[in-house]
Amino acid sequence: MAPVKPPGAGSVLLALLMRDVIVVRRELAFFLMRTAMQPLMFTVVFGYLLPRMGFMHREYTAALLPGVLAVSLALAAVQSVALPMVADFGFTHEIEDRLLAPVPSWMVALAKVISGAAQAVIAASFVLPIARLIMGPIPGLSAAHAGLVFLVTLFGATTFSVMGLYLGSVIEGTQIGLLFGIVVAPMIMFGCAYYPWRGLDAVPAMKYVVLLNPLTYIAEGLRAVLVPAQPHMPLPVVLAALAFMTVLFWRLGLRSFMRRAIG
Amino acid sequence: MAIETRALRKVYPAPKLKKRRSGGPPPPGSLPSGPPRPPGAQIVALDGLDLAVPTGEFFGLLGPNGAGKTTTIGILTTRVLPTGGQALIGGEDVVARAVAVRRRIGVVPQRPNADRGLSVLENLIFHAAYFGFSRAVSRHRAEEILARMGLGDRGEARVEHLSGGQQQRLMIARALIHEPEILFLDEPTVGLDPQARLALWEILRALHTEGRTIVMTTHYMEEAEQLCDRVAIVDRGRLLACDAPADLRRKAPGGTLIELSLDGPAAPVEATARAIGGVLKVEAHDATLAVYHPGGGEAVAPLIGAVQAAGRQVTNIRLVPPSLETLFVSMTGRKLD
Repeated sequence: MAPVKPPGAGSVLLALLMRDVIVVRRELAFFLMRTAMQPLMFTVVFGYLLPRMGFMHREYTAALLPGVLAVSLALAAVQSVALPMVADFGFTHEIEDRLLAPVPSWMVALAKVISGAAQAVIAASFVLPIARLIMGPIPGLSAAHAGLVFLVTLFGATTFSVMGLYLGSVIEGTQIGLLFGIVVAPMIMFGCAYYPWRGLDAVPAMKYVVLLNPLTYIAEGLRAVLVPAQPHMPLPVVLAALAFMTVLFWRLGLRSFMRRAIG
Repeated sequence: MAIETRALRKVYPAPKLKKRRSGGPPPPGSLPSGPPRPPGAQIVALDGLDLAVPTGEFFGLLGPNGAGKTTTIGILTTRVLPTGGQALIGGEDVVARAVAVRRRIGVVPQRPNADRGLSVLENLIFHAAYFGFSRAVSRHRAEEILARMGLGDRGEARVEHLSGGQQQRLMIARALIHEPEILFLDEPTVGLDPQARLALWEILRALHTEGRTIVMTTHYMEEAEQLCDRVAIVDRGRLLACDAPADLRRKAPGGTLIELSLDGPAAPVEATARAIGGVLKVEAHDATLAVYHPGGGEAVAPLIGAVQAAGRQVTNIRLVPPSLETLFVSMTGRKLD
């Protein structure tokens, strides 16, 4: 009783994604806890406690909120794309079954990226209202460009997801600790998440080093659409940089994915 | 022809030399094990393999670890790219027409790799969805197949609650649910207890009776003899022999292998052993004397006498009737496992 017509690539891609939908739905609470913990704890300290203690300007929360969202996107992508892929290629080999689906192997990588981006957007949507709640009213927070906010968030989620594809396929299981120590932590601290890029005028060397970090552009892009009155990088520059990085990581990531997937 | 390979070759690049802190096993995902080789040398996993499997045959690939069996299956199932030669499934090239080939095959991997985020039934339903089956149809089929595999009551169970044998049967169910023409199994009974192994053999026999083409790799001689219509004996990437098990046994050097373990080097006994009437062949390796004799047991007494005359004692005796194992040993000087 085989299907009359072999399935098109689109419907196979959908089937690959549906599996992720089911699993994400089941583990949503744990996923959100793992992803949102760090940014929200940071929000409590730097967005609530320190301003109340008088160590931070009230206005700092305006620069912080977009950065916290950007960090959630980054962590979500690592949790949902890179780590499972390291486990998959390393010892579970669950991905083998997906690689036997009747589609070109790169579609399996694409499915992971789409699924990762969606999970990152979910994480950011969870963090946004809670961070706002923690920090109270944020000067200059604008809901006028809600559509643009979603678009920039989705773009950023995709960029990190593609980066997760690359990291997940080049790193071995034994190097996961290194991944967090050498890649994720510096990326988060030196990515203009907790301070605006313009603020680095005071430290010119840093100002240019952080331009290598995709997090910088996502944080600045979210500042441009959430708190436009605050100093930020022009949105067209942000989008162009993200587009470039997405294509770069996709090409690198796909190459290393294919090398791991097909011996 | 269901499956055909022509001068199939696979060469892995020289592994990067890594200093390992302990003398432990190689990291997971590293290159296949095999015979010792000089550092920096390329690994020739397959060296010009020619195979042809007609539709409906139960074909076995028998060989020790590192023989190239998993690499062969990997190439035939579009998971490994060949370095040279060609492999065809139903006339379609596995490289150029990989997607079409995947529709025709079902693969049972060496180690169960069921999706642990899904239940047993969901594993089957989603796999069927990749091949275009609707939810309703695949659920029905999944329940049928699970019942057939003796997992009828485990549909809602989590995968990690299944035993090793049950997980392997789930792998077979998953490989079959999209009705492939050819079923590939890579060492399906490794790590299973004897009961689970026999249960799996029954399932495979039944599948074969239905007319399915089955290709199985194994390093267990009796598994190949019990199940396969034809067996290809491979070692170090080369085909040594390919025939029905009964015909291969006839090719094995005549006679029973009498293996004597001694309390010292066996070399001094070699000449005397060879002089015993009827002995076909004698080999001395360290403290083991391997003697081939058509009569088998009747040579044991004179052999023990020869051993004692040379001042040695026999510590163990093993009699091995002609088999694929003796054929393999005679061709390569090594055991199958």
